[in-house]
Amino acid sequence: MKKIWNAYSENKLFQGVFLLIFIAVTSLSLYLAQKSVTAFLLLLSSLLLLYFTKFSNLVKWLTAGVILVVLLPAAAGGGDAYESYMEVATLVGIYISMALGLNIVVGMAGLLDLGFVAFFAVGAYTYGIFATGQAANFMPFGTYPLSGESFWIFIVLGCFAAALFGILLGIPVLRVKGDYLAIVTLGFGEIIRIIFNNLDKPVNITNGAMGIASITPPKIFGIELIYSSQFYYVVLIILVFTIFTVRRFEHSKIGRSWKAVRENEIAAQAMGVPLVRTKLIAFAVGASFSGMMGVIFAGKQTFVDPTSFTLLESITILVMVILGGMGSVPGVILGAAVMTILNLQVLTELTNWLNGLSSSGAITIPDALSPSKMQRLIFGALLIVFALYRPKGLIPAKNPIYKEEELVSSKLMDMNQEQKAQA
Amino acid sequence: MLNDILQSIPQVLIDGLTLGTVYAVIALGYTMVYGILELINFAHGEIFMTGAFIGTAMLIVLTGIGWVSALPAIVMLITVLLLTALLTGLLGMGIERVAYRPLRNAPKLIPLITAIGISFLLQDLVRFIAELKKGNYIVTGPSLFTSQIKINSSAISSVFNDASIKSSFIIVLVSAIIMMVVLDFFVNKTKWGMAMRAVAQDRETASLMSVNVNKVISLTFFIGSALGGATGVLFAVQYGTIDPYIGFILGLKAFTAAVLGGIGNIRGAMLGGLLLGVMEMFASANLTLMTGGVFGAEYKDVFAFAILIIVLIFKPEGLLGKPVAEKV
Repeated sequence: MKKIWNAYSENKLFQGVFLLIFIAVTSLSLYLAQKSVTAFLLLLSSLLLLYFTKFSNLVKWLTAGVILVVLLPAAAGGGDAYESYMEVATLVGIYISMALGLNIVVGMAGLLDLGFVAFFAVGAYTYGIFATGQAANFMPFGTYPLSGESFWIFIVLGCFAAALFGILLGIPVLRVKGDYLAIVTLGFGEIIRIIFNNLDKPVNITNGAMGIASITPPKIFGIELIYSSQFYYVVLIILVFTIFTVRRFEHSKIGRSWKAVRENEIAAQAMGVPLVRTKLIAFAVGASFSGMMGVIFAGKQTFVDPTSFTLLESITILVMVILGGMGSVPGVILGAAVMTILNLQVLTELTNWLNGLSSSGAITIPDALSPSKMQRLIFGALLIVFALYRPKGLIPAKNPIYKEEELVSSKLMDMNQEQKAQA
Repeated sequence: MLNDILQSIPQVLIDGLTLGTVYAVIALGYTMVYGILELINFAHGEIFMTGAFIGTAMLIVLTGIGWVSALPAIVMLITVLLLTALLTGLLGMGIERVAYRPLRNAPKLIPLITAIGISFLLQDLVRFIAELKKGNYIVTGPSLFTSQIKINSSAISSVFNDASIKSSFIIVLVSAIIMMVVLDFFVNKTKWGMAMRAVAQDRETASLMSVNVNKVISLTFFIGSALGGATGVLFAVQYGTIDPYIGFILGLKAFTAAVLGGIGNIRGAMLGGLLLGVMEMFASANLTLMTGGVFGAEYKDVFAFAILIIVLIFKPEGLLGKPVAEKV
């Protein structure tokens, strides 16, 4: 058995063939089945298989692109459940992007932020207020609601608004650290929610607890985006952008400063890392992804209200980061996907199944125990188990290791070449 | 405007003190654990909530079998308080054993994360036990000590209005004061208290001086959680209705109180709790008036958090704490 496994893990051809068969089977079964959550999940998990193959990065990205852009929508399009699949896929994308944002703050810079959903709320309300009549209550000029085309500008605006709030939150953070920081951010998240909940007087800005309804759906080339299957592509583009940016950040100077601050603030400062600026940038960058996704969320749901931005949401995103592995980009993507699907699909399916069993009289499950209500229990248990037994998460973060000899020899070679050039 | 504020002051003071004593006793739990482990025990608010539920359940059962009419209510309340304190104390010890002790040498972020996990776990466990037994997770306990007492504060000076207090207020106040005095005596005057202070100062040196560090930490968790659970019962008696999510916001405010007084400082926590309670009640009574209706009483939580943030920025060591220089 081990021999086969070894042969498999060494041989690219084997892996490629296996992956192709896997994808073909799952997408076919997804296409043929009327509504099969299992097939849908298996098709998504082919991306995980792909991650563990030995192909070069370019091949991996291209294959993933083909699966996500062409295969998934095409295969899911077979049955009536098309929109509900796409809804899930869109939400997965939104959560992945947020988790990647939080990963910068928690995983890379080591600042525990328990009010992260506040930035999401800022993004969502930025679009929500201006794409409905709400803005007319306080804006001295312009006509509201703005048209659907403005959505694309608002993605950028939401990004900046959230980054601004990130810096605002960051300023008190500079003076507190560690566990105090967790409490301050938690308080900040609650403050934002309470303010949005009560900002219907004296001037009606957020419409209070009623929420903002019938937000103008986004428009592009005269097409109104109202279906999840359309938002899917928008989210996908932004997600690719996010992943690309996060990766670039990770290996840049600022990314290395974040990690230095995480490991030891004082040592980092002694090495010339500007503490204040580094932390502020972490907050701003992390928040901006969240704000962007907030705008998309508002455009997609066409409704925002304060109940979408509770502490439970912040903790859910934190669980995604911890589950996947703090600081590890592929890990966080996996963690976010697993958590979102668990939340949206597995728990609801389980509840339906149990309800079916109860109504047929096989067993009786009291309503209090229905799985969809047990989110807190599951999240709590996951946090404890992972923190105790696998603090590095499902896919631990990899730090590049530089070998001293290689660095020295490459430097020598450079010097030799320079000398030759001079000669 | 000033007249209106003055008129309401007696009532604000009484309500504020009630809330403040609750905050103060919960803040003790935070401050003791922080003093000894430098860990924010996020689950403390949930221990308080569990205490409230255990106490209410006991009161309901006792009422059901008719003991309430047979025994004087105060005797029953004391019994319930002690039993609840014991149970929540054990719960706190168990939490420390399972979730914090294995992580004592891990990076600081990790125990904080388990603490959040524990707090979510407890919320949901309590929720579905309550929902299973009562069909609804919002529980109303039997009403005890509901007689109203009127205070003629207008007799002192005509600027004040009369205030009224529930007789349970006196019970809350007296029990909380007893708890705080006993704790203060315990920490400052007994051998175990000395051990606790030693561990808080320097864990390693204390262990060299033949102090059993693990036992002391367990004891700290036991006392903190017992106090928290007992306060939960008092809270349930005073305010009547409880739900599994009260612990979160209340715990956060109690933590604010602990920070306000100087975290790690027991007397500071008591002072911070009382101050925060009075300030919050003052804000909720007068915020609308003072800001001309721009901010209503809904903002009282924002007010409490704003205090937290301001204290952390300008005086992070708190009112009674001493600033600590960071060692490299």
